[in-house]
Amino acid sequence: MSKTLFDKVWDAHRVHSIENGPQILYIDKHLIHEVTSPQAFRELELREIPLFRPQQVVATADHNTPTKDQHLPVKDELSRKQLTQLSENCEKNGIRLYELGHKYNGIVHVMAPELGITQPGMSIVCGDSHTSTHGAFGSIAFGIGTSQVAQVFASQCLLLTKPKSMRITVNGKLRKGVLPKDVILYIISKIGTNAGTGYFCEYAGEVFENMSMEGRMTVCNMSIEMGARGGMIAPDQTTFAYVKGRKFAPKGEDWESKLAYWKSLPSDDQAEFDKEYAFDAEDIEPMITFGTNPGMGIKVSENIPSRDDASFEKSLKYMDFKKGESLIHKPVNYVFIGSCTNSRIEDFRVAAEFVKGRQKAEHVTAWLVPGSKQVEQQIEAEGLKAIFTEAGFELRQPGCSACLAMNEDKIPAGEYCVSTSNRNFEGRQGQGSRTLLASPLLAAATAIEGKIVDLTKFLN
Amino acid sequence: MEKYISLSSTAVPLPHENVDTDQIIPARFLKSTSREGFGDNLFRDWRYQKDGSLNADFVLNDNRYSGQILIAGHNFGCGSSREHAAWALSDYGFKVIVSSFFADIFKGNALNIGVLPVQVSPAFLDVLLKTVQEHPQTKIEVNLEDQYISGKPSEDKEHFEIDSYKKTCLINGYDDIDFLLSKRAEIELFEKQQELARVSD
Ligand code: SF4
Repeated sequence: MSKTLFDKVWDAHRVHSIENGPQILYIDKHLIHEVTSPQAFRELELREIPLFRPQQVVATADHNTPTKDQHLPVKDELSRKQLTQLSENCEKNGIRLYELGHKYNGIVHVMAPELGITQPGMSIVCGDSHTSTHGAFGSIAFGIGTSQVAQVFASQCLLLTKPKSMRITVNGKLRKGVLPKDVILYIISKIGTNAGTGYFCEYAGEVFENMSMEGRMTVCNMSIEMGARGGMIAPDQTTFAYVKGRKFAPKGEDWESKLAYWKSLPSDDQAEFDKEYAFDAEDIEPMITFGTNPGMGIKVSENIPSRDDASFEKSLKYMDFKKGESLIHKPVNYVFIGSCTNSRIEDFRVAAEFVKGRQKAEHVTAWLVPGSKQVEQQIEAEGLKAIFTEAGFELRQPGCSACLAMNEDKIPAGEYCVSTSNRNFEGRQGQGSRTLLASPLLAAATAIEGKIVDLTKFLN
Repeated sequence: MEKYISLSSTAVPLPHENVDTDQIIPARFLKSTSREGFGDNLFRDWRYQKDGSLNADFVLNDNRYSGQILIAGHNFGCGSSREHAAWALSDYGFKVIVSSFFADIFKGNALNIGVLPVQVSPAFLDVLLKTVQEHPQTKIEVNLEDQYISGKPSEDKEHFEIDSYKKTCLINGYDDIDFLLSKRAEIELFEKQQELARVSD
């Protein structure tokens, strides 16, 4: 029988099926962080259950870490306590931890692929909805709640109902100035924030085949924003070249046998999906969101649509935008380039290329937050840091930062922020903040101009 | 986990669509390392004004409404996987959330902690919302055993779906950890077979 990429990986991890019920899925890698793990550790302690496979768990501190003065003790008492708790839990249970300041520390969805922990054909979970990022390698990766974190601690397995399969194909060639972020924002604006609920989504077609691993991660990262539990892209030469030689990548004979297996993973030609969408690359333009969910996106050259429903109106009211108006020339005071969606080296290269020789607008606060220590170093090594500093941008230390504003990096109430992150929910970047999601290129251009620009016109 | 069978209670209407988990519990309240106490900050930024005073316009501050059931708009619980959202609802006192559509992760989280997500048709949701808004004293009955929800005193009644495994868990107060631990031998066997598969490659 023909199988999809998703079927192949799922079936290889199925331990048991309950009749008319869920299945037991084996988990290869369990990534944890400080915010969603403490209650799971406590649950295990209370029930006197030992951690089953500590060597398959990897921890990092990212959500609640400061992005300045990381060498000093964390100022906020609750944050410090949460970080200490993570360190203690990891030590007690024999879990490898890349804590604050470690040379491999970073946002969980940036550091794990970077270290070669993420590999094709794996099952990967983390108490974080953007775990879908790792699907870029052709693995089944998805976010879980804290009760499930405890289940994986206890059994290295989860009880799950197999999701349905969906495929989104984008063929053709992307226009100048259109980045992977625009592709995914475009897709979500077309199909909506719950089109993927109950599904695992495979991205296929020329656009994804020609995309770098960084770009594929950006796309898969936002699968959850259309409701899909996860996204996947078939592993190919680009994937293998990225994984090869990384710290935890298979070596020697092991590499050869894994490689042969990985090559067998792409969906069979005849494989059927429960739902399919197709888009044309030429129709995609630089995108921006105007509302309070990631589906409320438009091409930056378009006007805000008119819809008569209470939720839509509530959203526009929050953003202080009007139906039918254009966003071009709207002044913006904050720009954030970071988050697990767009904080990899490629994102900073694109931004730096635009910024080079230019100066940020005076009224703009522009934060650059690398996804990991390694990205931070690379920014410096490639000379990008100098470009950004000269242009007046502020390069901070790695972490989730203003993506969720759990630490001090908050956008003030009422302010607009053009952000490369993944959620524009009310108050996501700080109480009362107004987020406009965009690519790192549009974010960089906004910082320079101090307002939203029609990027396509600008580039020509 | 507490056992769950059925319940009859007044309800709180929250007709907004796409209520995300950042609204249910904003990130700045996720610094706690325990499960308790999140109810105080449930819907924090809707419940309170910026100066900390109560927002009288928000439904949780409207003393006509109370109860253990929240009736919410389409696509409830989207966004972050934070189980804190389900903890906050439960800690506040909600035992059932009714909507015409739930985000995946939220639904799973709720079931895992014994909060019942009841998915109804959009038409029935409208009826329920209207009934409760017009008559806040209306008792809504949620029967898990027979899988129906009804808004008394009217005759309106709707069947809802729930995975039979999850239903058994809720009724008996079991959770997935208990079940997975009982399958430990099978899991270990699976691991061994995986090893063998790798060696014979
Ligand atoms: S960067 Fe944002 S979306 Fe990504 S893991 Fe951190 S908080 Fe979550």
